[in-house]
Amino acid sequence: MIGQALNRVDGPLKVTGGATYAYEFRDGDQPLYGFVVGATIGRGRITGIDTTRVESSPGVHLVLTHQNAPAQGARDLSVPFEYWRAYPTLSSPDVHHHGEPVALVVAATFEQARTAANLVDVEYAAEQGSYDFAACQDQAYAPESLIFGIPADTAVGDVDAGLRTAEVQVDEWYTTPYEFSQPMEPPACLVVPDGDDLVVYTSCQIVDAARASIAATLELDPERVHVVTQYVGGGFGSKLRIHGETILAAMAARALQRPVKVALTRQQMFSSVSVRPTSSQRVRLGAERDGRLVAIAHEVTMHTNRHVEFIEPTATATRSLYAAPNRLTSTRLVPLDVLRGEDVRAPGEAPGLLVVESAVDELAHALGMDPVELRIRNEPTVDPERGVPYSDRHLVECLRDGADRFGWERRLPEPARRRDGRWLVGYGVAAAIRVHLQGPTKAAVRLGPDGIAVVESDMTDIGTGTYTILTQVAAEGLGLPPDRVRVELGRSEFPPSVGSGGSWGAGNSSTAVHHACTALREKLLAAASSDVRSPLHGLDTAGAVFSGGSVSIDGASEALGEIVTRNCPEGLEAEGETVLLTEEPNYGAYAIHTYGAHFAEVGVDADTAEIRLRRMLGVFSVGRVLNAKTARSQLIGGMIWGVSQALAEEGVVDMRSGGFVNRDLAQYLVPVHADIPEIDAVMLDGFDDKANVLGVKGLGELGICGAGAAVANAVFNATGVRVRDFPITIEKVLPGLPLTEV
Amino acid sequence: MRPFTYERATDVPGACAAASRPGATFISGGTNLLDLMKLEIERPSHLVDISRLPLADVDELQDGALRIGAQAANSDVAADPRVRTRYPVLSQALVAGASGQLRNKASVGGNLVQRTRCPYFYDTAAGCNKRDPGSGCSAIGGFNRIHAVLGASDSCIATNPSDMAVAMSVLDAQIELLDADRSVRRVDIADFHRLPGDTPHVETVLRPGEMITAVILPPPPPGRQLYRKVRDRASYEFALVSVAAIVATDRGTISSARVAFGGVAHKPWRSADAEAALTGRPATMATYRAAAETAMRDAVGQGQNDFKIDLARRTLCRTLVQAAQAS
Ligand SMILES: Cc1cc2nc3c(=O)[nH]c(=O)nc-3n(C[C@H](O)[C@H](O)[C@H](O)COP(=O)(O)OP(=O)(O)OC[C@H]3O[C@@H](n4cnc5c(N)ncnc54)[C@H](O)[C@@H]3O)c2cc1C
Ligand code: SF4
Repeated sequence: MIGQALNRVDGPLKVTGGATYAYEFRDGDQPLYGFVVGATIGRGRITGIDTTRVESSPGVHLVLTHQNAPAQGARDLSVPFEYWRAYPTLSSPDVHHHGEPVALVVAATFEQARTAANLVDVEYAAEQGSYDFAACQDQAYAPESLIFGIPADTAVGDVDAGLRTAEVQVDEWYTTPYEFSQPMEPPACLVVPDGDDLVVYTSCQIVDAARASIAATLELDPERVHVVTQYVGGGFGSKLRIHGETILAAMAARALQRPVKVALTRQQMFSSVSVRPTSSQRVRLGAERDGRLVAIAHEVTMHTNRHVEFIEPTATATRSLYAAPNRLTSTRLVPLDVLRGEDVRAPGEAPGLLVVESAVDELAHALGMDPVELRIRNEPTVDPERGVPYSDRHLVECLRDGADRFGWERRLPEPARRRDGRWLVGYGVAAAIRVHLQGPTKAAVRLGPDGIAVVESDMTDIGTGTYTILTQVAAEGLGLPPDRVRVELGRSEFPPSVGSGGSWGAGNSSTAVHHACTALREKLLAAASSDVRSPLHGLDTAGAVFSGGSVSIDGASEALGEIVTRNCPEGLEAEGETVLLTEEPNYGAYAIHTYGAHFAEVGVDADTAEIRLRRMLGVFSVGRVLNAKTARSQLIGGMIWGVSQALAEEGVVDMRSGGFVNRDLAQYLVPVHADIPEIDAVMLDGFDDKANVLGVKGLGELGICGAGAAVANAVFNATGVRVRDFPITIEKVLPGLPLTEV
Repeated sequence: MRPFTYERATDVPGACAAASRPGATFISGGTNLLDLMKLEIERPSHLVDISRLPLADVDELQDGALRIGAQAANSDVAADPRVRTRYPVLSQALVAGASGQLRNKASVGGNLVQRTRCPYFYDTAAGCNKRDPGSGCSAIGGFNRIHAVLGASDSCIATNPSDMAVAMSVLDAQIELLDADRSVRRVDIADFHRLPGDTPHVETVLRPGEMITAVILPPPPPGRQLYRKVRDRASYEFALVSVAAIVATDRGTISSARVAFGGVAHKPWRSADAEAALTGRPATMATYRAAAETAMRDAVGQGQNDFKIDLARRTLCRTLVQAAQAS
């Protein structure tokens, strides 16, 4: 069962509109609608808010501002993960970035709220803000540490000496832009007051974090907050935590004692949630003529909002990717008055590998060596910075297998040599690596007298397929057909999990369900073998086989439902769990990652420098696959984002206002269907026994890791033009293209 | 969105009369207007829905011209066999625009009047002379990668986003207008859109209540017609630069040429200079380059959009090569 390409169990509900998303719930009275008003300055103070025009606008029930918002809890930095911390909103007159909420207008209809929102008159004392990342590099500072206490900087050996002695060197600066998570479903919620309790239907990736954050902000007992997140229309990091929309709806719902809905518009999303920090990265590589690296240095500078720090771990992948005796990574932050960065799919690896894997390609070119071969020659035997063995790597297999399948041998090493009509055609390769994590997650499995198993966890399915894989794991664990399993997720009343994010959701929750099933099997066997009415009474349970809804021992068999009916008609339940990786010895003793190799073919128009992907392949080593179909979809989705990262996405800040200029999907470009031709993702057979009992690892973020670099390297191979300022757009390639005759 | 009243027009003159009242405006497919209303960039108090008026036919006229009703959907015009065979440049331009769904909804009249895609025009917190006359132009000194390199002013550097209008420009289309007083006039497409000058909010010669009822395409000139659109992604994206060309050659010499650019100015940019530099000259790259130089002689970049000048030249040359090859 595990591994099969089972169709999504929630697919029919989704395509028929039967899956209810947060904003679509109806609970209690007719809801009111809130519309957020954002600051129109980047830095300064609100000196006055005049709400007279709004209050007389039709349908308006409430205007919340910092003047009448309730007191709120502060961000508590001792809470280890930021998503669980309070998220004070409208808590002071200070403005920390353009678009920060300054008011919420609540009205009877969405249209009335939106119209009235334009009538809030806010006066500001604007201050000169810093918005220009490039111009503020001199203000860079070193943060204390990264998430999980991972060091911000590392050094092994002597990089400078290594570089001096290396026969071939690469020393280049690269920049990556602001990029946004833009899931189809915006941040949205319905908050329903119920006595002293709040029922919060919200679109989030981590239910437990949403509950904790709402409770901490509103200074409530978490038990009074009930979060419901049945379906999520995409997260990509933007919903790891709840933001202003949910806090504002909750404050309004409590004040009015009425249900209140708030959703952000697409434009508002560009000024409120989930931007990947912009970065400037220097990469220095030194190698011997045979390609062996003697030095690797990856120095990263990123923006952070001045008010609340965020550090993307952009240099960490470099620590585990290639062997070299002398190594250095560093992390610096430039404080700006720009929207705070947050985790965006594959935080760290996505911008880091885009750059490092471009630099490795530059080294291959400088050496005159095939870039696949160069990578293979630098395959480490142990994690080069931690000195611990890899649990399960197979990067070399990914490269070799991918090169074979892709027809890599047809690549012409010299750039700008292959033509297809007006197209300059190039091939590119890049490696993928993504850390695998584990966090505390609980799941309960209850078998009813009807022989149906119900899985419960507050885990979320953000479109990735959690409902489906947990169905498979429970079906296999109890020997049930999948239609005898029902998975219930996304309620704070269910056993808590760390949700979906960091590619850990599938590993955590499937392992917890597996453990629950193991415990439940023990309970069933104990019940049956000690029950004189059971055909299994007194038999040795060691050889028991669970299959087809029954358990059999030496030819004797009984349906699971019957065991339950007789022994505990209310149902038999067991729980399973996973713990934080720091409490799991394997995560200290081994370097646990997923890997891959991307191969891309692009065409570049010889006259106009338009760049179009022609085909792409990724070969991945991800441990054991839970569902071949949903896994492939995740990988392909990530690869497409990588293409987008290389060629399209860029949030542009206006240096005068500090706001993002291109704030909708007509102006913030992502690929459309016509941009994405044949793409394939292949997964090697695998089982990582160090990761967990199921041998599975996360793969939701692996697809994007390095994908953009393969595309960028293909652009270089096609044209001979190396663009180090991402994304690679027409104006950056055009000057390097010769004028063509005929 | 501001509250508004709505009426569905039942006859053409009545619609013009209704739309000539202060605060009233036409709505056809709504693909542009509704977006602008939601953001309160357009704030009509009354909408006159003209989408069901009997103005969607494509008819052949006595003199060999083709009359395209203003309510014809962009997709229907693109698919019309007469358009495809006699005016392929128009068909190509239409299918290069927007998406299938939008083209099904978008009307010919609405396409001609669609507004710029300048991001500051869409941001009510930013100064914009086109949206709010006198408030300044945020694109100058701001993010202006997609902006105009020809015919811009100190008040506005926006571009006209239409593909269709660029093709119509090389076809010498005429726009048929009906005024609220029931008078009919025809305006050359070259005169229909205005340069920004110091009144960038006035984009066309339309008077209040005046309706586009049709576009008339004269019989096509000889030569091969081509539309080439250069954009950041393969579909569903406005032109950075586009070229519409009609080129006829006679034994290696260009006997006639018409050339227009999209994405470079506040209106479709027909280049008489380039046409003069082509006509009577050998159909060679040297000729095309000279024409491209002439066409962009007065082009001025704003910094981020400087590349458009070279891009326009290169795109013109390539389009001319292809048009001349096949003609
Ligand atoms: C996402 C997106 C992508 C797009 N991409 C492209 C593209 O690549 N290329 C391109 O060319 N276009 C593109 N468009 C624009 C599209 O072509 C226009 O929105 C469409 O043509 C407008 O037609 P409509 O009938 O919907 O106009 P409406 O939105 O109904 O009206 C637009 C304006 O025209 C006026 N109007 C309408 N009909 C008449 C009439 N008969 N007489 C006088 N005034 C009239 C209205 O009052 C209004 O001011 C895109 C649009 C969107 C939303
Ligand atoms: S270019 Fe025109 S539309 Fe854009 S901000 Fe300036 S005035 Fe407004």
